[in-house]
Amino acid sequence: MLVYIIRRLMQAALVMVVMSALVFAGIFMIGDPVAMMISPDASDIERDAVRASLGLDKPLWLQYLAFVNAAVHGDFGKSFLAGQPAMQLIFERMPATLELVFFSTVIALALGLPMGVYAGLRPKSVGAKTIMTGSILGFSLPNFWVGLMLIMVFAVLLPDLIPGFPRLPASGRGATVNVLGVRLSLFTADGLLHLLLPALTLALYKGALIVRLARATAREVLPMDYVKFARAKGLSENRIVGVHVLKNIMIPIATVNGLEFGQSVAFAVITETVFAWPGMGKLLLDSILLLDRPVVVAYLMIIVVFFVVLNLLVDLLYSVLDPRVRLESRAT
Amino acid sequence: MSTPTLSVTNLRTHFFTKEGVAKAVDGVDFDVAPGEILGLVGESGSGKTVTGFSILGLIDPPGRIVEGSSIRLNGEELTKAKPDRLRAIRGAEIAMIFQDPMMTLNPVLRVDTQMIETVQAHLKVSRAEALARSRAALVQVGIASPDERLRAYPHQFSGGMRQRVAIAIALLHKPKLIVADEPTTALDVTIQGQILFEAQRLCRDSGTSMIWVTHDLAVVAGLADRIAVMYAGRIVEIGRTADVIERPMHPYTKGLIGSVPSQNTRGHKLAQIPGMTPSLLKLPAGCSFKSRCPIAVEQCNTMPELVEHRPGHWARCWRAIAA
Repeated sequence: MLVYIIRRLMQAALVMVVMSALVFAGIFMIGDPVAMMISPDASDIERDAVRASLGLDKPLWLQYLAFVNAAVHGDFGKSFLAGQPAMQLIFERMPATLELVFFSTVIALALGLPMGVYAGLRPKSVGAKTIMTGSILGFSLPNFWVGLMLIMVFAVLLPDLIPGFPRLPASGRGATVNVLGVRLSLFTADGLLHLLLPALTLALYKGALIVRLARATAREVLPMDYVKFARAKGLSENRIVGVHVLKNIMIPIATVNGLEFGQSVAFAVITETVFAWPGMGKLLLDSILLLDRPVVVAYLMIIVVFFVVLNLLVDLLYSVLDPRVRLESRAT
Repeated sequence: MSTPTLSVTNLRTHFFTKEGVAKAVDGVDFDVAPGEILGLVGESGSGKTVTGFSILGLIDPPGRIVEGSSIRLNGEELTKAKPDRLRAIRGAEIAMIFQDPMMTLNPVLRVDTQMIETVQAHLKVSRAEALARSRAALVQVGIASPDERLRAYPHQFSGGMRQRVAIAIALLHKPKLIVADEPTTALDVTIQGQILFEAQRLCRDSGTSMIWVTHDLAVVAGLADRIAVMYAGRIVEIGRTADVIERPMHPYTKGLIGSVPSQNTRGHKLAQIPGMTPSLLKLPAGCSFKSRCPIAVEQCNTMPELVEHRPGHWARCWRAIAA
């Protein structure tokens, strides 16, 4: 097991090296960050001074080596713009994104799993057909459009038309509380209200994915002998579906959700922009626009580590869900 | 004879598919006495497994038991029983053992979970009590170190062990009847022998009746008290094991017996029954075996009845005695 984790971390390190080199070269080719930062009227001397102060006067490979050297010592550089350490900037924004994605995953699971299992149990019912058609909309509608529509309906139209209908907040983050030094809005009523629309926007796609996956797996598991044997044992239908079928369905759901979670955290940019959610995605977008290289590089480094850790967690979850996986790890 | 544990009369289980009605079981009658082992023999598609599942009320759509069928367990009509009552009977009064032990235990649940839930599905007992019963059942089927085994997952067991666990689960509630659907087919021969011996001993000891569904005449010859041979959804011959094996009356039974390899057939070509089972969707009129039968006559174009040609030995053939 330990060997396995170490191997994973080494892979992560390799990906980080390749990634940082690519980003370095990429941003170098796009343009000159200095031009974005100082006024166009500035003299060449001023320009060179800024360039030298940021270390941008050196050749690219030297800049890269300097970065690697600092990064190995835990320093990922300072934002060209804010002057704050890049990592600190990102970590400040991270809880907002994490709680948004977490909340949307919870919604997606709570709605998608029962619907998918139902559609798998009664594939020919009208309800199942409605769910399956709906799920196609769920993952084919573009995210930004869904977000805008939700704002239209729940923050504008319905409250305008129906007196007393709560006007759901459509932008920004609500009140936060400090939990172990991290500011979270999950635990305040106002925070949850603010979370609702952006989380729903993200949850739609995830939920649709879960519905289809749960249905397909349920259809696969139901004709299995062990389900028929469970019936022959005289178990109640609730027990058969809730334990025998569901536990087998959870295995693929865990994998896909793990990947989806990482994907959303890294690239919830669009939803965050639509709802002016102060998360990491918006930071990344702003940093790319302003060619703020240290932030972009640091961001991608974090994402790489995040994905590796997430995959590791999914693997561990696997062994909880599927005893056949557990045996192999015990043998080593 | 005492009152039978199970009495099946005119059982018809049909599958209503787009292509037509498949009459998987079409008019089957038999009784099983307390403690008796009935061997239900037939090739694939003969309806023997569907008969087993019908008894447990486990026929999935598009199949269903047709009106007019009767399955009585100690006098109680099962075809008209409510789903809740059937659930209460399954696992408690009628238990089933499946063909492939690799597939019958849920791979993601521990053996104790799968046993305890069976106990608690029928009895309001504590977890500890249910566990104790499960442990006793494992001991009964000859599993060593049951405590350790209870905490294991199915994949940590061999095929034979899994089948023993499945049998232990079937025995948990001391059922009146066990339907065993080819339980030894997927096992190797030595394990097969052990399981057969075990099954026989358990029936004798507890007075449990058993229906042993198989395609292997050799297996039931040494196990069953009586044998019923099925062909295309009907019983074509039924009688005491010795009678059926030594003096078969139906040409199909003869064909089956003739195709079992034995020491006498060494060096000779094995006999086989020509042709294939007819499609259940379009069974020919009359005897469904006539197209493969070596002694078929004009009369076979009308369906013969199951007739008691010798005491306790019935056959569905016009030429039963002639053959």
